Amino acid sequence: MTYCIQGNSGQFELVVGLEVHAQVKSKAKLFSGAPTEYGAEPNTQVSFIDAGMPGMLPVINEVAIEQAVRTGLALNAKINLTSIFDRKNYFYPDLPCGYQISQYLDPIVGEGTVEIDLKDGSSRNIGIERLHLEMDAGKSIHDLRPNVTHVDLNRSGIALMEIVSKPDMRSPEEAGAYLRKLRTILRYVGSCDGNMEQGSMRCDVNVSVRRPGEKYGTRCEIKNVNSVRFVMRAIEYESKRQVDIIEEGNSVDQETRLFDSSKGETRTMRSKEEAHDYRYFPDPDLLPLKIEQDWVNEIKNSLPELPDVLKKRFIKQYSLTPYDAEVLVSEQSSAMFFETVAHGRDGKLAANWVTGEFFGALNKANLNIVNSPITAHQLGGLIDRVSDGTLSVRLAKEVFEFMFLSGSDADVVIEEKGLKQVTDVDEIHTIIDKILSSNTEKVEEFRNGKVKLMGWFVGQVMKESQGKANPAAVNKALKEKLT
Amino acid sequence: MSKLTELTVADAISGLRKKEFSAVELTEDHINAVKDSQELNAYVVKTFDLARQRSILSDKKISSGEAGLLEGIPIAVKDLFCTKGVHSSACSKVLDGFQPPYESTVTQKLWDSGAVMLGKANMDEFAMGSSNSTSCYGPAINPWTPKETGEQRVPGGSSGGSAVAVAARAALAATGTDTGGSIRQPASFCGVVGLKPTYGRCSRWGIIAFASSLDQAGPITRSVKDAALMLNVMAGFDSKDSTSLDKNVPDYVKDLDQGVKGLRIGVPEEYRIDGMLPEITALWEQGIEWFKNAGGEIKEISLPHTKYALPTYYIIAPAEASSNLARYDGVRFGLRETGDDLIDMYSKSRAKGFGEEVKRRVMIGTYVLSAGYYDAYYLKAQRVRSRIAKDFKDAFNDVDVILTPTAPTGAFAVGEKTDDPISMYLNDVFTVPASLAGLPGISIPSGLSPEGMPLGLQLIGRPFDEVTILSAGRFLETAADFNCLPSDNIGRKKL
Repeated sequence: MTYCIQGNSGQFELVVGLEVHAQVKSKAKLFSGAPTEYGAEPNTQVSFIDAGMPGMLPVINEVAIEQAVRTGLALNAKINLTSIFDRKNYFYPDLPCGYQISQYLDPIVGEGTVEIDLKDGSSRNIGIERLHLEMDAGKSIHDLRPNVTHVDLNRSGIALMEIVSKPDMRSPEEAGAYLRKLRTILRYVGSCDGNMEQGSMRCDVNVSVRRPGEKYGTRCEIKNVNSVRFVMRAIEYESKRQVDIIEEGNSVDQETRLFDSSKGETRTMRSKEEAHDYRYFPDPDLLPLKIEQDWVNEIKNSLPELPDVLKKRFIKQYSLTPYDAEVLVSEQSSAMFFETVAHGRDGKLAANWVTGEFFGALNKANLNIVNSPITAHQLGGLIDRVSDGTLSVRLAKEVFEFMFLSGSDADVVIEEKGLKQVTDVDEIHTIIDKILSSNTEKVEEFRNGKVKLMGWFVGQVMKESQGKANPAAVNKALKEKLT
Repeated sequence: MSKLTELTVADAISGLRKKEFSAVELTEDHINAVKDSQELNAYVVKTFDLARQRSILSDKKISSGEAGLLEGIPIAVKDLFCTKGVHSSACSKVLDGFQPPYESTVTQKLWDSGAVMLGKANMDEFAMGSSNSTSCYGPAINPWTPKETGEQRVPGGSSGGSAVAVAARAALAATGTDTGGSIRQPASFCGVVGLKPTYGRCSRWGIIAFASSLDQAGPITRSVKDAALMLNVMAGFDSKDSTSLDKNVPDYVKDLDQGVKGLRIGVPEEYRIDGMLPEITALWEQGIEWFKNAGGEIKEISLPHTKYALPTYYIIAPAEASSNLARYDGVRFGLRETGDDLIDMYSKSRAKGFGEEVKRRVMIGTYVLSAGYYDAYYLKAQRVRSRIAKDFKDAFNDVDVILTPTAPTGAFAVGEKTDDPISMYLNDVFTVPASLAGLPGISIPSGLSPEGMPLGLQLIGRPFDEVTILSAGRFLETAADFNCLPSDNIGRKKL
């Protein structure tokens, strides 16, 4: 099931590589102690270093290094014990020093891989080229007043990890899956909150097309796309645009483009000729960064179980379907929630409850696991009442709704609302007798061979019991009475 | 008692402790000396009120027994150091009006030890120059003049104002910075002691950057002991400067008089350059003689890559400078010219803010870092730099200290090399190699030229071995007995 773009002259293959800028989770910036909280008043989180004041010097934040190493390890990547910070020189008002400190030839993390799962159930490995640390620039605000640009330096100096993939993706779906998977991994290791709306994860997309078997075509880079959906749409648009150009007998120009999400189009930002000469050179204010293998090992040992491993374990240990397992491991919090629910219980049943009722309710209420009104233990308690026959599945769903609203334990809800399933045979018999005696014609019909009426009798009994009767017990008792 | 402005730092400390005079008196005399030497243009900012206040506090501290190491000592601070609330501009128009809201680590250490700031010393713009002629405040003038012509001479640079202030007795000591010779060469030209410590010995935090991998703060004083006293306070690890070294700081005064008996002194053959003035050669020979006579062991050494040092330096330093000076863009501080658009604003602000020499180096630096030229210039220069450092490392297997002239000439006339940058750059030929290798160097006033201008000899040491060059310098100072003043010709020794 290869994705291809159908042109008039034949099929084209799509080649995509992504550069993801992930904001490092850290209280301080990459080279200064200034805070990094999102949404602060403009220019309130700026140290003299971040403002490029004369004589100020950068000092590397160790937390950022640790986060980069954690991420690198989670991407199965090579950790470079020596890496170098370079200056990338260009002028812009939101770049106070006139250079960005980045890593150019010697990044902290080298080649790695990310495994992605596709809708058809297959999975693929996407190569990671490198991961390097760099500082963010500030923000230029052009639309506050005409002819004036305002600059907010709160973001200036915030630590970013630039994660560069190999040009290994062949469809918008793969790009989307890669981006989602990468975000999951970053969240698992806690190195980035992966929040694309707040800009803590941004994506540059490299797109080219070629006829099958040909070498790579000329690529265009689409800058700063800020959602998975937009990334996929930008790729679709851009690849069609390139195919059209080629089919018209022209060639694609290497350039940097922007994605206009309102129109769903990409447009030229700057051509290759206008590309900056960044004059990279090692930052003389920072010595080469040297880290110890022992420290890397320590970090490795502190990593949580990563989604791929967890998924395989869930499938094996709890007999989950790959789909359910995938859904559960997509967020570490759901995986942990599930494991607590499943502990000592039927795994499949637990998975059904977590991905079904529970996720549904969260979604409806616009909540997430962290601020969920009920705990995993409480959900487990509810499942226990289904397993021991106290509740029918239908009743359990009703109990769940009350639990979700009140945050109470299942037993409390069952007690308060009197939702306990009736398994008392005498009570069931009383109801059945009542139903049978008031529907003698139906009983006659049944006994004359209209066995289909069984369902109707069950329904009547359930109705009379207000749904509390245990359906299995009802079935059994009815059969006894009617035959 | 001699005039207070004639004292050394060491003598002044002792006099203050013995209450022979007060810090207020000492400061007041220096304020007057600054005023009297106005025409030398040593100071670009004068902080007399601050100095007076601080000297009152110093007297109190001395009385209460809380005196710091440099309590009450009036000093000049090179304008490259950021001083909190005090105009700091690196003598560039581009930083006109800039009052830093922070204090450099080195000056903070000095104030914490009780030193009194008289003002900010003149310098070449952004420390780029060897004659203090590129300052936006006009040149500083050497207090020494040739006996016969009386012609105005440059003080050297870039720490020209600092050297002038100390030589003219308008400060007991001064801070300088040295990137390729900017402490040692002006010290040599003005007949004072100039010490460039090992790269990483003093914090660069708060010092306006010229070339980050080379810049280093150091003292300019009238005696080696004073240099040691100043370094005791200025040196030390700073967690805010990633290139400063977390290494123990010894007491530099303690071993000053250990002598030179058995000391192995290297004399590099490559420093005997063509066309060197005979008085420089003679001074160097004299220096060698002094050491030999005192039991030093003279060894001819080779530093084979010396001839590449100057071109290497003039690639690396401008490259770093071109990037370091990018922040002067008119956006956040200093000078801003209005422009039609962003690029125009940048161009006009920088065109007006930077002087010719700064522009030249920014352009050279931008060029050598450009795509297609990087490998041939910057990268190659870095490789040569490693070779130069290795030359020294190898040499220091056989010797303890290296003796050379500080500069190939004495002080030249004001305006003389201004239109000839290459000949100006050549003046750094003996100081630049040690800078590239990050080694400590000290210039000791050792004699006078035939026309009566001071000349210095340079001692270069192993990394972080300031102790040895200070004690060797102390010996040289004693041997040379350089006790002459710019204002009087009596006692001048002709070579």
